[in-house]
Amino acid sequence: MAHVAGLRCRECGREYEVAAAFTCEWCFGPLEVAYDYDAIASTITRERIAAGPPTIWRYQDLLPVERAAAVDLGAGFSPLVRADRLAAELGLGEVWVKNDTVNPTNSFKDRVTEVALSKALEFGFKTVACASTGNLANAVAAHAARAGLRSFVFVPANLESAKIVTTAVYGGNVVAIDGNYDDVNRLCAEIAGTYRWAFVNVNMRPYYAEGSKTLAFETAEQLGWEAPDHVVVPVASGSLLTKIHKGFGELHAVGLLDREPRVRVSGAQAAGCSPVATAWIDHSDTIRPVKPSTIAKSLAIGNPADGYFALDAVRSTGGGLAAVSDEEVVDGIRLLAQTEGIFAETAGGVTIASLRRLAEEGVVRAHERVVVYITGIGLKTVDAVAPHVAPTATITPSLDAFHEAFDRDDIDQ
Amino acid sequence: MTVCVRIPTQLRELSGGASELKVEGSTVAEVLAALEQQHPGFAERLHDADGSLRRFVNVFVADEDIRFLQGLDTAVADGDTVSVVPAVAGG
Repeated sequence: MAHVAGLRCRECGREYEVAAAFTCEWCFGPLEVAYDYDAIASTITRERIAAGPPTIWRYQDLLPVERAAAVDLGAGFSPLVRADRLAAELGLGEVWVKNDTVNPTNSFKDRVTEVALSKALEFGFKTVACASTGNLANAVAAHAARAGLRSFVFVPANLESAKIVTTAVYGGNVVAIDGNYDDVNRLCAEIAGTYRWAFVNVNMRPYYAEGSKTLAFETAEQLGWEAPDHVVVPVASGSLLTKIHKGFGELHAVGLLDREPRVRVSGAQAAGCSPVATAWIDHSDTIRPVKPSTIAKSLAIGNPADGYFALDAVRSTGGGLAAVSDEEVVDGIRLLAQTEGIFAETAGGVTIASLRRLAEEGVVRAHERVVVYITGIGLKTVDAVAPHVAPTATITPSLDAFHEAFDRDDIDQ
Repeated sequence: MTVCVRIPTQLRELSGGASELKVEGSTVAEVLAALEQQHPGFAERLHDADGSLRRFVNVFVADEDIRFLQGLDTAVADGDTVSVVPAVAGG
């Protein structure tokens, strides 16, 4: 693993050896993988990447594992769709949707899970675990099954029923906790300290989080090795936004982008759980934890681990953050579905509603090339839109009944 | 007030390996000051140079994050448990 230099504290810069560890022993800041970018730059090329598989593993040189695709269900390289109808609706110019609903378990969490579990195998772990708001639960349970690893998945008990079913089907242990995600997270920190397991978002978190960079790598490659002007990213822990920002910078650091990227990074939160957006709106340097109350359960993290880094990324790039109501979330889901044919989960509704808000506020501008990240599929959160959509007509199976429901002149075009 | 402070793994080198310590104090600030007095070394690990808690240190009183209460001024009752939890992960 010549390209990985070790782990480094994001807060105080102390350096550590590669290990299953996630906090700085001195200041408790989060550890991050440090790379030898010169070494990577000497071997990585656009051609080498293009010759790789159509998955996250085409960027293996920038991922912290010894053996690529050790655990692999084919995550990544999802479509980047030009969204002209959505753009017109929002008064914007060039908008692209990164459609990550098409991953193996239908969310971007397959990316981070494949990196985390590949690393877990390297470390020799036999059991993998996670704290999850649902999507990660799906991904960890599925990939653990594929790899023949024992799994323990911890989720809040009030999760959407679809997310429980789509986790339990893979046969691992699913533990529903009477509490919110932050309660689950605290329990998991204790369990992680008690057992020698690979907790993907606890002791494996430095490796796990790196998987999100592939969303930036793919975006640039799919735009012909150019970075976009502006990205809009949903914020739960803040890790995804932080890593997408980092990913564009890395591409330049290793020579894959001709020009230094100047990507403005904006974040999307639901008003019922918006600790990071609130800090941005209030011009505050303190992120105050909240008790979440929103239909966007996959974003319902009241005490975001990477909130400060997400806020830094937004501020340093001249982006913005929005906090949108649950009603706007539902409208956002429907708008994306009706303009682009992509059915997003509630987090996607948050992202589209935030894009709308940021466009209205002039933060996202009409001359910019904008990429929005749709990170999970609507089928897992159908309850959110079920009260708002229905068949256009319900009729008996006869042509007469059809014509009674629809005026012939109207539909004969 | 005597409270029980739960010490995270990373700080047990300072507590002689103990996972829990009994200290006196009527607020979180006093409890942490008492901790430093009993086992010097805690303060520089938990606090920034300006005396505030490091931003990746979480303190809970009776399972409630003190940022939801009155921060370091949060009152503690006799028999309360004060947990020091480093860095949230997750997400």
